[in-house]
Amino acid sequence: MTTHGSELEPTTQRGDPLPDPGLPPHEPRLTDVDVKQAKRAERQVSAMFGVAALGSIGFVVAYLALPLTGELDRLQVSNIALGVTLGLALFLIGIGAIQWAKKLMPDVEMVQERHSLASTPDEQAGAIAAIEAGAEESGIGRRKMIRNSLLGAMALLPLPIVFILGDMGPLSPNPARVRASTIWEPGMRVVNDVTFEPIRPEDLEVGQLVNAMPEAYKEIPEEEHSQALRVRAFASVILVRMELDEFVVEPGREGWDVDGILCYSKICTHVGCPISLYEQQTHNMLCPCHQSTFALADGGKVVFGPARRPLPQLALEVDAEGYLAAQGDFSEPVGPSYWEREQFIDGESV
Amino acid sequence: MSATTKLASKPVAALDQRLTIGKLAKDNLRKVFPDHWSFLLGEIALYSFIVLLLSGTFLTLFFKPSMVEVVYQGSYVPLRGVPMSEAYASTLDISFEVRGGLLMRQVHHWSALLFVASMAVHMFRVFFTGAFRRPREINWTIGGLLLVMGLAAGFTGYSLPDDLLSGTGLRIIEGIVLSIPIVGTYLSFLIFGGDYPGEDIISRLYIAHVLLVPGLILALVGAHLLILWYQKHTQWPGPGRTENNVVGYPLFPVYTAKAGGFFFVVSGVTVLMAAFIQINPVWFWGPYDPSQVSAGTQPDWYIGWLDGLLRVMPGWEVVIAGYTLSLNVLIPAAILPAIMITVLFVYPAIERFATGDDREHNLLDRPRNNPTRTGLGVMAIVFYGMLWLSGGNDFVATIFQIPVNYITTFMRIGLFVLPPLAFIITRRIAIGLQRRDRERVEHGRETGVIRMTVEGEFYEEHEPIDKYEAYALTAHAREEALEAGAEVDDNGVKNSAFKKSKRQAALSRFYWNDTIQKPRADELHDEQEHAALETEEHLEHETLPGGGHNPPEVTRH
Repeated sequence: MTTHGSELEPTTQRGDPLPDPGLPPHEPRLTDVDVKQAKRAERQVSAMFGVAALGSIGFVVAYLALPLTGELDRLQVSNIALGVTLGLALFLIGIGAIQWAKKLMPDVEMVQERHSLASTPDEQAGAIAAIEAGAEESGIGRRKMIRNSLLGAMALLPLPIVFILGDMGPLSPNPARVRASTIWEPGMRVVNDVTFEPIRPEDLEVGQLVNAMPEAYKEIPEEEHSQALRVRAFASVILVRMELDEFVVEPGREGWDVDGILCYSKICTHVGCPISLYEQQTHNMLCPCHQSTFALADGGKVVFGPARRPLPQLALEVDAEGYLAAQGDFSEPVGPSYWEREQFIDGESV
Repeated sequence: MSATTKLASKPVAALDQRLTIGKLAKDNLRKVFPDHWSFLLGEIALYSFIVLLLSGTFLTLFFKPSMVEVVYQGSYVPLRGVPMSEAYASTLDISFEVRGGLLMRQVHHWSALLFVASMAVHMFRVFFTGAFRRPREINWTIGGLLLVMGLAAGFTGYSLPDDLLSGTGLRIIEGIVLSIPIVGTYLSFLIFGGDYPGEDIISRLYIAHVLLVPGLILALVGAHLLILWYQKHTQWPGPGRTENNVVGYPLFPVYTAKAGGFFFVVSGVTVLMAAFIQINPVWFWGPYDPSQVSAGTQPDWYIGWLDGLLRVMPGWEVVIAGYTLSLNVLIPAAILPAIMITVLFVYPAIERFATGDDREHNLLDRPRNNPTRTGLGVMAIVFYGMLWLSGGNDFVATIFQIPVNYITTFMRIGLFVLPPLAFIITRRIAIGLQRRDRERVEHGRETGVIRMTVEGEFYEEHEPIDKYEAYALTAHAREEALEAGAEVDDNGVKNSAFKKSKRQAALSRFYWNDTIQKPRADELHDEQEHAALETEEHLEHETLPGGGHNPPEVTRH
């Protein structure tokens, strides 16, 4: 083996206190000197392989003998039986092979030379010469027009690649506008999000919180699954009732509550998780994803956590039949902030 | 001719005539690999990736990456009649209708966690031992890419079952995409095929998860291993081990058996974990519903640090000329991770500049012998660990009964204070260990035997360590801080590289100033003579009281 250059460090550096004593002498293992021990190791390894084979058979038996019924305990029994048999089959093959290597294969360390990775100066020069010759023959240095037009052509090639992805999603109408509105509209009733029953103000006690949806949600046909999810993702609200002196009415939001019942968007203004942990004493609402905390008694303002903006509030009214309903859509986009968001805030209300 | 030779000669000849396999096999079958437990960490990553490919392929036979609504009619009674996406329904079917399906799902999930974890720990090993130095910087970069791809593979997979947890993760991604200035809103519509959640995201993530990302990982793993093969593995310094050789066992048969066996051990352990430890019981979370979330929502462990960043970030948001810039999302979700990953990639270059060390290294550093690097590494781990804990701050709060707000506030300050503290402490510990090494070489091993001289003076006997250990303790390079070049040369001409050289010298002092050097040959000689003299003195004194003493063993048998 040749050593190119002399870049690798010498074994012993200048000033080193001790010379390299070389590899320590090999100490034989018990299995090297005692035939009985070697036989024993051989039996151990074979036993492991043998049990591994039984594991594979066991897997087949478990597969055939343990049907699934949809019950969780049946599922668990099958899972453990299949997992233990297959796991042991694999594990014992592995342990057996390693034991074989450690106990019975030679453990005398071998030494191999390394060579410096760099080529010789001659070879390096040859490589550069080859590049130069090729470049010269192509004329890329001389024929500037070809070079520049090629650069231009390559520079524009990403355009079709980017544009062909344009139809991955509808970009018209303007996404920022689509994002800014929800299904809520004037007079739409607020319904319980489980029973879909409309809610009367007197159904809510002070300190009670109800998760609610726009009434139009239940009209969405079943096959419009993504439409339904979109409504849940943006139009979900919470209703909370407080004593009249417990909460502050933001300027411009006079008349948005009904007898101390306030309605806020359920979607966190941080990155859009549904806020869901309500603390009755403080009327604070916590988002379980990143712990942004909103003060429902203070215009939904952020009191802690990474969110910046208050929860958007939905103006409530009572319709002719005495049920809670929205005065209209939210006055600002719900959910996480986005670049164009400011353009979609109704001026008079905030 | 032995039986094996007879068996092998024909196929070898046949293959050789077609692929010149003979030379390749002759050169490589007995290739030597060094042995150490820490070299197995990368192997774990490789093997869990193979387990991922195998179990993942099984899962694709049954999984339907579709968001079309179906009404569940399977055998799991609590969810019967519930409308859900086909993706979620087919995940339930894999668990409840396919024998071994749940096992394979759990194997897949566990090995994904193991894959990223072993890559991370393997990276720690490479970092702390300096294995990233020349000539292995390229493999460091490939490894970094693999780690990033591992996160991508994990996240895309986490999102596929379309259960409540995975949907919540996607919603957070959507919020992050929206925070990107100018194009965020458009990008979100492109990714989700319209307004969130749309009907396309699962099938799009699916192709990324089963083809694009694993394809890239496979290619990168191939390159990683080829380079490792070509450059030969690093080894620990020690007697007989030099920069110019490799000491260890041959690929065939010892490594074939050990590494091959280890593959079966890793896969076996993963299957046993899948048998006994439940992971992601999707039937329990229910189908995704954007208006529902369960408390204590957690991502997989490797996403925890990103979630932690999102949690500890203060609520900064600015409006510039009517446009909203959500710094509270953009900084923790994009800018900081980008900076952290960049630091990871460029660290070898930074250290090379600071130490001026561009030599080829095949011997590893013991972490103590580069105290500053070790300190920086621990600093990074503490920083990461704190972010990771922040990602579970609600769990920490519940376990220790502390308000979650305190934890967040603590982290906001602690992230700036504790990592530098960890750096200082680690560096001091490393230097202390260096000092102990030096003492051991100079004075030998403490025997624990205390003797009293006639004068009443106590001393502890030391006995010299054997030459192999002594060599191993002094086999590292003697690193010294660089000196800046002169500002003007002898002819009074300004040195144009002076500023750079001054900066480099300062950084180099940062690396090497307080390190304890191994003794020089002359120093060691003096020390040992001194020690011998002292022992003699003690001996003289000790012989006085009443004879019957045991002379201290100063030389080892």
